[in-house]
Order: sequence, then C-alpha cells, then structure tokens
Amino acid sequence: MLRYFLKRLLSLVLSLLAASVVIFLALEVVPGDPAAYMLGLNAQEDTLNALREQLGLNGTLLERYLSWVGGLLTGDFGISYTYRTPVADMIGDRLWVSLPLALYALTLSTLIAFPAGIWAASRRGTYVDAGVMGVTQLGVAIPNFWFAMLMVLVFAINLRWFSAGGFAGWDAGFWAGMKSLTLPAIALALPQASILTRVMRSSLLDTLSEDFIRTARAKGLTKAQAMWRHALRNALIPVLTILGLQFSFLLAGAIIIENVFYLPGLGRLVFQAISARDLIVVESVVMLLVFAVIMVNFAVDLAYALVDPRLRRRAG
Amino acid sequence: MTMFLHSRTLIPGMVLTVLFAGAALISLVWVPYDTTVLDIANKIKSPSWAHPFGTDQFGRDILSMIMVGARTSIAVALVAVGIGMVAGVPLGLAAAARRGGMLDEFIMRMNDLVFAFPSLLIAVMITAVFGASALNAIIAIGIFNIPVFARLTRGAALSLWSREYIMAARVAGKGAARISLEHILPNVANLLIVQGTIQFSLGILAEAGLSYVGLGAQPPVASWGRMLADSQTMISFAPHLALFPGLAILLTVLGLNLLGDGLRDILDPKLRRART
Repeated sequence: MLRYFLKRLLSLVLSLLAASVVIFLALEVVPGDPAAYMLGLNAQEDTLNALREQLGLNGTLLERYLSWVGGLLTGDFGISYTYRTPVADMIGDRLWVSLPLALYALTLSTLIAFPAGIWAASRRGTYVDAGVMGVTQLGVAIPNFWFAMLMVLVFAINLRWFSAGGFAGWDAGFWAGMKSLTLPAIALALPQASILTRVMRSSLLDTLSEDFIRTARAKGLTKAQAMWRHALRNALIPVLTILGLQFSFLLAGAIIIENVFYLPGLGRLVFQAISARDLIVVESVVMLLVFAVIMVNFAVDLAYALVDPRLRRRAG
Repeated sequence: MTMFLHSRTLIPGMVLTVLFAGAALISLVWVPYDTTVLDIANKIKSPSWAHPFGTDQFGRDILSMIMVGARTSIAVALVAVGIGMVAGVPLGLAAAARRGGMLDEFIMRMNDLVFAFPSLLIAVMITAVFGASALNAIIAIGIFNIPVFARLTRGAALSLWSREYIMAARVAGKGAARISLEHILPNVANLLIVQGTIQFSLGILAEAGLSYVGLGAQPPVASWGRMLADSQTMISFAPHLALFPGLAILLTVLGLNLLGDGLRDILDPKLRRART
C-alpha cells in the first residue's frame, strides 16, 4: 500500500510540475509589457522599471518561473494588472461561488444517478429501463447552457420561483445562497447525471452476470438481496472513476454556466481577465483549476486502492 | 441489410446526422435568405410561412442561420476529431509497439497531462494568448482529442500484440512499424470509427459552448453557440430565438450519439453492452 501511495505521489508531483511549466510558458509567449499597459503611454522609464521589478517581470525565464511557483506555494498569486489587487484575494472571493456550485452539482448528479442507474439495471429490458436510457440519451446530448436558458425562461421568468441570475451572497444566509445556485447546479448536473446513470447501470449489469452473484442466488438470496449485499459494492469501481473525471468537467462546465447566470465565480473572473488582457489572473485561475483536477484524480486513485484491494497488489 | 436491423439506434441516428450534414452542404450553394443581409423591418418575427423558424434581432432568417451554423459546427468538430486521430492513433500504436518502454511511459504521462486540462481550459489559455477564433477553438478541441485516441488505440493494440497472427507476422520478420500499420491498425479501425463519432458529437457540444462564451467563431461567422448567446437577453419576449439553435445542437449531438451506438452494435458486437 505504501509503495502504491508513493508511486502515485511521485506521479502527482510530476504532473503538477509539468502543468505549471506548460501554463507558464504558454502565457509567456504573449507579446506586450504589463507594466507599460498599467502605467499608460506617458510613463517614465524608471517608473516602468520599478513596477516591472515589483511585478517580478525582470529576470530570466527560470527566475520568473521559480518566483511564480514559489508565490503559488505560499499563497501569493501576484497582483492583478487591471484591478491592482492581489490575485489571491480575487480568487478567494470567487472560489466561494464556484466551489459550492461544483459540489452542489456533483451531489445532485450522484443523488439522481445512483437510484436511476440501480432502478434501470434491476428492471433490465423493461419500459423502465428503456425510459431511463432514453432520458439519459437526451441528457447527454443537450447543451447544458441551453438547458440553463430554458430553465431561466420557465422557472425564473414565467413562474418566478428563482431569480434569473446573479448571486445573493452567503451574507444573505445559507439558503438564499443555495437558492441562487440551484438552477445553475441543476444545469451543470444534468449531463453528468446522465453519464453517471449509464455507467452505474452498465457496471451493475456486468457485476450481476458474475459467478459470485449466481452463487449468492443459489444459496437462497433474493435478486434484491444479491444486488444490495454483493453487486452494488463491486459495481462502484467504474462509477468512482467517472465521478472523479466528472469533477473536472464540472469545474470547466461551471465556467460556462456561471456566464449564463451572471454568477460572480471563477469562470466570470477568467473571462473578464481575458478581455482585459489581465494574464496573471488567467494564469493563476487556470493553474488553480488544473491543480484541483489533478488532486481529485489523485484522490480517486487512492480511493480505488481502499475500495479494491486487488488493485493495490497489482500496482504495488 | 439485415445487420442494419440489429440496431435500433442506427437508422434514427443516420437520419438525424444526414439531415444536419445535408443542411450544412446545401447551405454552401443555397440558403432561403442571405444571412449577411440585414432586414431590420422584419426583425424578431415569430415563425411564419415565409420564415419557418422566425427572424432574429437583425431580421435575418433563423432557418438560414442554422443551416450556415451547421457548417461551422460540423467543420470545427470534424477537423478537431481529425487532429485527434492523426496525432493520437500513431502515438497509441507506437506506445503499444514499445509497451512498457520509455516511449510508452512518456506517451502515457503526456496523455495524463493533457487530460488534466479540460478542453475548455485549453481554449481559455489559447484565447488568452492568440485571441478568439474558430481556428483556435478547433485547436483546443483537437488537442483534447489526442489523448482520447492515443489511449483507445494503445489499449486495443496491446491486446492484439499477444495474438497468434501477430506472432506469426513477427516470426515472418516484419518490423514493429509494419505490423502496426498492416495488422494492428485495420483491426482497431472499427473502434476508432465508433469513438470518432462520439468525439465528433462532443466536439459539436464543445464548439457550441466555446462560441456561446465568445471563445469560438466570431461574427460574422454564423454559429449555433453565438446565436444562443445573442438570444439570451431577448429570451423573455422572443423565446424562438433560443429554441431553434438549441434544438439544432441537441438533435445533431443526439443523432451522432445514436449513430455511434448503432455503428458499435454492428462493428463490434463484443462491446454491445459496455457503452455508457
């Protein structure tokens, strides 16, 4: 187990290193001098130099990379070129919208997919099964931002149950905050729940055809007992993989959905930063999201080893 | 012909796919109304006989816009899948031919790295650096497709390398490159076609999303995602502006997914139950 863990840890560190180099180099090739941009056309040469020094723009490529990574590690993400405030503060505020949104959507997705997948698998070949599969086929094909717009039309504009956009803020209370995240979370969760339902169903069907299920039935367990006691746990492994992958789709998807609902999250921050050519903000947010994706995949790898002892032995 | 009947999804999938591919092709030579001409007198008209899907805020015919937009979506997704295949398949073949070696390890680690960047984040970075355009959307979606095809090819090729007929080819003195091309590739082609269909539909969704947030095709290029973005502020009084482009995306993606399912049923019976 320890060897497996160390191996995973090493690959985690290498991935983070490689990702940071890629992001750094990509944005390094952008032409233009942020200091000149911030100070305008009439800036004096020595003022420009002082600002470059302050922003960490002087020095060799390697020095700049190291100071950027060093900053990331200590929570210093640099200063926004346009807002002149620490990037870490800007990200911190927005994280409290994007992260709850992603978790809300992940929860919804799981809450829908598990029962739906189990239901479809246990009624294999019936109209229930066909119905669930048909709905998931639609859920996978629908663009979630369009679905979001339709929900706004129905539930916000016509029924007036929710507001059409914006974020009430956590200061307005937990439920008020959750309420403004509800439509976005449903929109985000829909395609993921559809995929997860299909994975859950097919994984369960695979497991139900295994020998140990036949044995369980032969010793007198009912179909339902065999399913709940034996099949479900074994069927969870592929479901876990997809769940881990979904987190990255949720984070990325949140970037678009936040724009539908005008939510002040990381996604909107990125787009504002792109249009203002505020590259240090883009750099930091992208790095943060990639960091999150890599960490979640690492956690999923470890979770496997806990769920399935066979994997540990093979990989060790 | 009977094999077409084995799959319930193939025919509807084909019909939808042909419908939208056809609309895109027809738009090259004919559209009901010119989408570059503004007709302000007829703006935001509900569907009618003259304009079956209505007109937008500039009086442009929405049916024509959707036909031209189909061209953008299909072109972007198709080229992106092409990039993924052209780069990913040789990488996967090479990794499998040198399984367990440094090259294999390197290719798979690079794949993991690309997977850590959701395609939208790649697009965000490319846009930040080079600006937004349909071409950059293609590159972003294409890069994301490379590891998908590399992994699939490697996995399938690995299982083939232990087969007897590959052994026979090796005994006959064929090199790894030749075996990969002559024996492995033809046997993974079916899988690639099925995955290609799925990636194609994902590409259309991705293009729509990128265009919706302004990272994809720029005006005056018509695109379904942009049409939806433009319609958003008018959705309360002109919902048809949002309805038809969204339906176009939904039906195209649905059609491709059904087609992919159907093709898999025909081409690879072993995988029939496994798809999710």
